[in-house]
Amino acid sequence: MTELANIRNFSIVAHIDHGKSTLADRLIQETGTVAGRDMKEQLLDSMDIERERGITIKANTVRIDYKADDGQDYVLNLIDTPGHVDFAYEVSRSMRAVEGSLLVVDSTQGVEAQTLANVYHAIEADHDLVPVLNKIDLPASDCDRVAEQIEDVIGIDASGAIQVSAKTGQGIHETLEAIVKELPAPTGTRDAPLKAMLVDSWYDAYLGVIVLVRIMDGVLKKGERIKMLSNNSTHHVDRIGVFRPEMEVIDELGPGDIGFLTASIKQVRDTRVGDTITHEKKGTEDALPGFKPAQPVVFCGLFPVDSSEFEDLRDAIDKLALNDASFSFEMETSAALGFGFRCGFLGLLHLEVIRDRIEREYNIELITTAPSVVYHIHMRDGTMTELHNPADMPDLTHVDHLEEPRIKATILVPDEYLGDVLKLCQDRRGVQMDLTYAGSRAMAVYDLPLNEVVFDFYDRLKSVTKGYASFDYQMTGYETDNLVKMSVLVNDEPVDALSMMVHRDRAEARGRAMVEKLKDLIPRHMFKIPIQAAIGGKVIARETLSAMRKDVTAKCYGGDASRKRKLLDKQKKGKKKMRQFGKVDIPQEAFISALKMDS
Amino acid sequence: MDDWRNGGFGLYVHWPFCQAKCPYCDFNSHVTANIDQKIWVRAYLRELERIAQEVPGRVLNSIFFGGGTPSLMHPDTVAAVIEAARSHWPFANDIEITLEANPGSVEAGRFAGYRDGGVNRISMGIQALNDGDLRRLGRIHSVAEARSAFDVARDCFKRVSFDLIYARQGQTLEAWRQELSEALSMAIDHLSLYQLTIEDGTAFGDRYARGKLRNLPTEDTSADMYLVTQEVTAAHGMPGYEISNHARPGAESLHNLVYWRYGDYVGIGPGAHGRLTLNGIRYATECHLAPGAWLDAVSKGNGESLRSALTSQDAAVEQLMMGMRLSQGLNMARFESLSGNRIDSNRLSHLQELGMVTVSGTTLAATDQGRAVLNAVLRELLMD
Repeated sequence: MTELANIRNFSIVAHIDHGKSTLADRLIQETGTVAGRDMKEQLLDSMDIERERGITIKANTVRIDYKADDGQDYVLNLIDTPGHVDFAYEVSRSMRAVEGSLLVVDSTQGVEAQTLANVYHAIEADHDLVPVLNKIDLPASDCDRVAEQIEDVIGIDASGAIQVSAKTGQGIHETLEAIVKELPAPTGTRDAPLKAMLVDSWYDAYLGVIVLVRIMDGVLKKGERIKMLSNNSTHHVDRIGVFRPEMEVIDELGPGDIGFLTASIKQVRDTRVGDTITHEKKGTEDALPGFKPAQPVVFCGLFPVDSSEFEDLRDAIDKLALNDASFSFEMETSAALGFGFRCGFLGLLHLEVIRDRIEREYNIELITTAPSVVYHIHMRDGTMTELHNPADMPDLTHVDHLEEPRIKATILVPDEYLGDVLKLCQDRRGVQMDLTYAGSRAMAVYDLPLNEVVFDFYDRLKSVTKGYASFDYQMTGYETDNLVKMSVLVNDEPVDALSMMVHRDRAEARGRAMVEKLKDLIPRHMFKIPIQAAIGGKVIARETLSAMRKDVTAKCYGGDASRKRKLLDKQKKGKKKMRQFGKVDIPQEAFISALKMDS
Repeated sequence: MDDWRNGGFGLYVHWPFCQAKCPYCDFNSHVTANIDQKIWVRAYLRELERIAQEVPGRVLNSIFFGGGTPSLMHPDTVAAVIEAARSHWPFANDIEITLEANPGSVEAGRFAGYRDGGVNRISMGIQALNDGDLRRLGRIHSVAEARSAFDVARDCFKRVSFDLIYARQGQTLEAWRQELSEALSMAIDHLSLYQLTIEDGTAFGDRYARGKLRNLPTEDTSADMYLVTQEVTAAHGMPGYEISNHARPGAESLHNLVYWRYGDYVGIGPGAHGRLTLNGIRYATECHLAPGAWLDAVSKGNGESLRSALTSQDAAVEQLMMGMRLSQGLNMARFESLSGNRIDSNRLSHLQELGMVTVSGTTLAATDQGRAVLNAVLRELLMD
C-alpha cells in the first residue's frame, strides 16, 4: 500500500501529433517500467487503427514506480486519454480520475484546437497543469514563442515550462520531477464506504470485460461483491490489478489508486463510463457527479457490398457493439442497397473507426451512406420524434417545425488562410462568435449546424488551409431552422439512399450540385436517364444523362472469341457490383461521392 | 446433332510475317528478312495431318489465309497447303478459299499464282483512300498502288473484298461519306469497314495513352459514322450483314460466317486459335505465338500451346456474342439448348422496347442501333 502523499495521478493533454504517445513511452522507459527489449512505438495504443492513425481511442493506463530526487518512492498513474472530440465524454471522465495534467505542446507548431479543447476538460476537472514543450530537437522549435502563446491563449503561466525532446529523451527526468513536485497528491479516506469511478472498460476474450477504475474512497479487494450505481447490477470481483502496462494482479486497490477489476462481466454495455462502483453491502449511495449515458450524434447506413454478406455484417456489428457501448444500431432496409444497418456514432472519427474495423477485422466490404445528424421533428399534435434517417421523414402536413443540432466550432489557422476558412464557415451557415489572434495564428469560433459539418467539412477545411488548420467542436444544443428533405430521382424513381435534409435556402444549389455530380458518376446506359432533385413533388434541379451511342467491338473473328468472352465476363462482374435501381445501374461510390460538395 | 454443324467447318492458316508493322495492329505479326518457306510448308502440313486424324471426314466449307501478310507467301506454299487440306477433308462444292493481301505492286504479281493454286477470293487491306491518312496509318502503299493492285485482283478473282478503316484522326462525317461512296464505286461484292480501335500494346495505344493521338472523333460522331455507313452501303445494295462487314446478298464471307455462326474451325500457324468439337465437347485451341516456338513445337509433333474444354455455358456465351454480330441474328433455341438457360424475358422485352433488338419466332437479332452498342446489349442479355 502506497501512502496517498506518494501517489500522483495525471494525464497528458495534447493535440494530435504533438508527441503525447512518444512522451508516455519515454516516461515508461526512463523509470524502467518496461524492459528496453519490450519497447515498441506507442506502447499504450493497442489497436492497429490507433497506431496507424496516431490517435488514442480507448483510455489506457500505466502505473509507474519512480524514485524521486528527494529519495522517496512514488507511484505515478498515467491515464492516456482519447484525444478526439468524438470521445469528449470519455475524456472528461478520464480527467476526473486524475488530479493533474501535463500540457504537451509541439514547440515547432504551437497551440492547436485540440490542445484547447482538452485543456478546457482539464481545467473543468480542476487540474493543476505542467506545461511541456516537446520536439525541442527540431530546428523549427521556438520555445519562447510557444510559451508566450500558451500564456496568451490558455492563460496559464508557462515561464517554467519544461523543454523536452521525447525523441531523444532530453527533459524526461525533469518532467518526472515536475510531476512529483508540482502535481497534487490524491485525497480520499480508506475507512469510508467504497466509491470508485468506472473510467473505461473493454472486452478481453479470456477475462471478459476489464473495468478500469479509480478508487476515490475505501478499499477494493478480490472476492468482494460490487454494485454499479447506475443500474444496481451486482458482480463478484474475481481479479484486481494494475497495468505496468501489462496486467499485474495485486491484492487490493485503495484511495487514489488506478487499476482494473474483472468480475465475469460479459458485455461492455453493462459497464457505463462514469458510473460509480461500490460494495453491494454497506456501499455508498452517493453517485459521482457527471455520469451520463452515451448519446450517438451521427447516423449512417452500413450495407454489405455483397448482399449475401448481410449475416456476416450482423455478426460483426453485434461483436463490435459488445465492446462499445456508445455505438448503436438497428436493421435498415433500403430499396437501393438492400439489407443493412442504421448505425449511430459519437462522431465522424468514431464512424470511420467502426467502419474500418468491420472492413479489416471482419473482411466485409461496405457501402456507407451519407452521415446524417439527429433532427428533432415537432409534430402538429405537439409530440416530438427524433429523425435518424432522412428517408424516414414523415408527411410534411403533420410536421410543425424541425430542429437541428448545432455546435460551437473552434478553428485555429495561420492568418493567410483565414479568409478561406471564414468563407467556408459562412457557406456552411455558420455564425461567427469570436475571432482573435495569437501571433500569426487566428482563432475563429463559429456556431455551426452539425449537419453542415458531418460530411466533408473537415476535408474541405484541410484542403483550403493546406492542412494547417486545426479544428474542434462541442455540441451546443438544438435550434429551429427551415429544413426540408431533398429527394433524388434517377430515371423518375426516388433513390432513398441519396435523400438528405437541407436548409431550404440552400436546397437549389445542393440539388444542382448533386445532379451534376451524379451525371458524371452514373455510367451511360442504352437509354437517356433523367436525374432530378426534388422537394416534395417539386423538382428543383434536373440533368439528363444522354444515352450511350457507341460500344461495340469492330473486329471479332475466330481468334478473338476467347479474349472477348473473358472481357464480357469481366464487364458483367463490374455491372453486377453496381446497385440496380429500376433499369439503372448505380456504382457504389456514387452514394457517397454525390454528396461531397466542392465549395 | 453436334452444335457446330449449324455453323459449318473452316480452316484458318496464320502467316505471321509482315514487311512492316502497322501502328494500329494488335495481330500476331513479325517483321523478318529471311524466311525459308519450305520449312513452313512442312510445318503446316504436319499440323493438318495431326488435326485431320482427330476430325476426319468432315466437309470443309472454307480456308482462310490470314496474317501477318499472307501475300508474302509464295504461291507454291499456298497451293501446297490447299492441296493437303483437300487430301484430308472433302471440299464443299462452294468452298471459299480466301487470302489476305497487301495492295502493293509486288503482291499483285503473285495473284495469278494464288488463283492457280486454288485461292478463289482475295481480301485486300487498302484501309484508306487518301495518301495522307495511309501514311498516318503506317501503311507502306499509296492509293494509286492500291487501285492498280485492286484492278489486278479483279481480273484474277471473281470475289474481291477490301478493308477500310474509318473514324480516323481528324476525319469528319462528310469526308467519310465521300470516301465511302468512292469505295462503293470500286467494290465488287464485299467490303469490311472497321472503326479505328485503339488497342493496348500497339503504337497507337501508346500514343493515345500519352495524349498524342489527337482529333479522334467523339463518341457521337463515331456513332453517326456507323449509322451513315449502314445507310450508304444499304443504298448501294451492299448492306451490313455483320457489325463491320458488307456484301451483296450471297457474297458474304463464308469463312467468317463459320465464326459468327459458331461452327468449328481449325487454326494452324503461330498464335492461331481454333474451336473443335470432339465427342460432343467444344474445345478452344491455341498455337504457340512466336514463329520459332511454333516451328519447334510442330517438329516435336504438336503446335498447340493450349487446348481447353469450354463449359457449355461459355460456349453458349461465345455463340451469342458472335451470333448477335450478324444482322440476321441467331436462333435463341440453339442458344438455350446449349446454355441450358432461357434468356430472361424481362430483359429481352426491355431491349425490344428500347429498339435494340427484334425477336421473330426464335430468331433474336440486334437492330442497327443495337449493333452500335452491342457490348451493352450483350451485357444485358447475359446478366443472370
